[in-house]
Amino acid sequence: MTMSRIARVLTGRPGKLLALALLAFIAAGHGGAAFAGVLAEDRADALYHRYQGGGVEIQGPSVLIRKKIGENFAVNANYYMDFVTSASIDVKLSASQYKEQRTQKSLGFEFLHGKTTYTANVIDSKESDYVADTAAFGLSQDMFGDLTTVSLGFRRGWNHVYRNIKNADGGKERDPTFAEQMDTRAYTLGISQILTRNMIASLNVEAITDEGYLNSPYRSVRYVEPGDPRGFALQREIYPRTHTSNATAVIVKYYLPWRAAIEGNYRFYSDSWGVNANTLDVTYTHPWRRWIFDGRLRYYTQTQADFYSDLFPRLNYANFLARDKELASYTGYTIGLGASYEFSIPGAPKWIQKSTLNARLDHILIDYDNFRDATKTDPGNGIFAGAEPLYKLNANVFQLFLSVWF
Amino acid sequence: MTRAMRIAKLVVLLASQLAIVAAMSGCSIQPWVKPYEREHLADPIMAFDRDPVSSAYLDHVFDAREGARGATGGAGGGCGCN
Repeated sequence: MTMSRIARVLTGRPGKLLALALLAFIAAGHGGAAFAGVLAEDRADALYHRYQGGGVEIQGPSVLIRKKIGENFAVNANYYMDFVTSASIDVKLSASQYKEQRTQKSLGFEFLHGKTTYTANVIDSKESDYVADTAAFGLSQDMFGDLTTVSLGFRRGWNHVYRNIKNADGGKERDPTFAEQMDTRAYTLGISQILTRNMIASLNVEAITDEGYLNSPYRSVRYVEPGDPRGFALQREIYPRTHTSNATAVIVKYYLPWRAAIEGNYRFYSDSWGVNANTLDVTYTHPWRRWIFDGRLRYYTQTQADFYSDLFPRLNYANFLARDKELASYTGYTIGLGASYEFSIPGAPKWIQKSTLNARLDHILIDYDNFRDATKTDPGNGIFAGAEPLYKLNANVFQLFLSVWF
Repeated sequence: MTRAMRIAKLVVLLASQLAIVAAMSGCSIQPWVKPYEREHLADPIMAFDRDPVSSAYLDHVFDAREGARGATGGAGGGCGCN
């Protein structure tokens, strides 16, 4: 088959390809599995997380428990909370500081049949102005003497977007005139492959499509307004109502001769809004006695969305208008350090097999190429709209968690 | 259709055909890394996702700060080293 023929075959809908892949999966799953697979170990994690940077502070707990029931069935549950205090640069420009709370609960099931693992998950996320429900299904198949694992997944999300307004008491309440929806569908394919006795690689592909209200009901764009003392005025952002993205990631992990591991991860991303991104991520893992240390360097760069501008020339300049800094052109760097210490909990019952205490700190630095700090506009001192300093984000992400295997 | 979309579809198609070939051959391909040679791969430090509670949180942080999304999950439990 020539490349042009392959290209023609591949111009069909993704759903057809997924159906073909599913058929292949089912065929492989019944193609003579000699040994059964194994579900992951029983484990519980309790984590405290804290993000601080750019005027935003988010902290809270996350608890994850997974438990096998027999050899073929497992259940996992996660309870996660964010307590947000935000005075971000967007908020400073067009709104006032706010506090918010998000609670996310998820429940997952795994069923192992021969070398095939079936998974189903439901996730419910709630905050005062955003409710998201997600259902996900997946299956993975070990093959070629367990050298290869192929995974397929589908995720569907139903999101309800609301807007909070200030009430007469100075508190906040939902705006009764505003309610929007956004639906998400995601298709994933993963192939994990043992290459040598010291090297394993993984290829992950994910296509995500969103439809509905995709912008923020609070955020504004700015446009040139000579009559305004600052030289600019604000209007609500307007996004397209569809968004489709494709991401492909390759991960290679290698076991080093002195019992350490190095992992390289590259991801290419593109979407229908014109954003192209590259992520390069390297992690080095080094065990020492009861400790395991991790060091991570991550590089990220993206181009801007087609309808992004830091300062539009006039009001209603285009059909779609965005000034979300996540849609600007920028480069981000992350340096992360983690330490894990294995210990015995004094007086712990015998069914606790292992426990670790873990701490991790990641520092994120983002340099924006075309997102300016509009709070620094000062025409009296020669800083006009569109000539403010470029914005930089510095953030620290801290995690402390206890893990127990039982 | 973008180039990335075409590449993604090509990968799905090739993986599917690979799986069909495997099924038709009755999984007769012999593993070139034998189960008893997977000691290093079974070491916890070689797991793609050693601490899911932590990696899920960090993925969420990057998702919220970056335009890109997706393809962050591992293929899942699949090193065959259990």
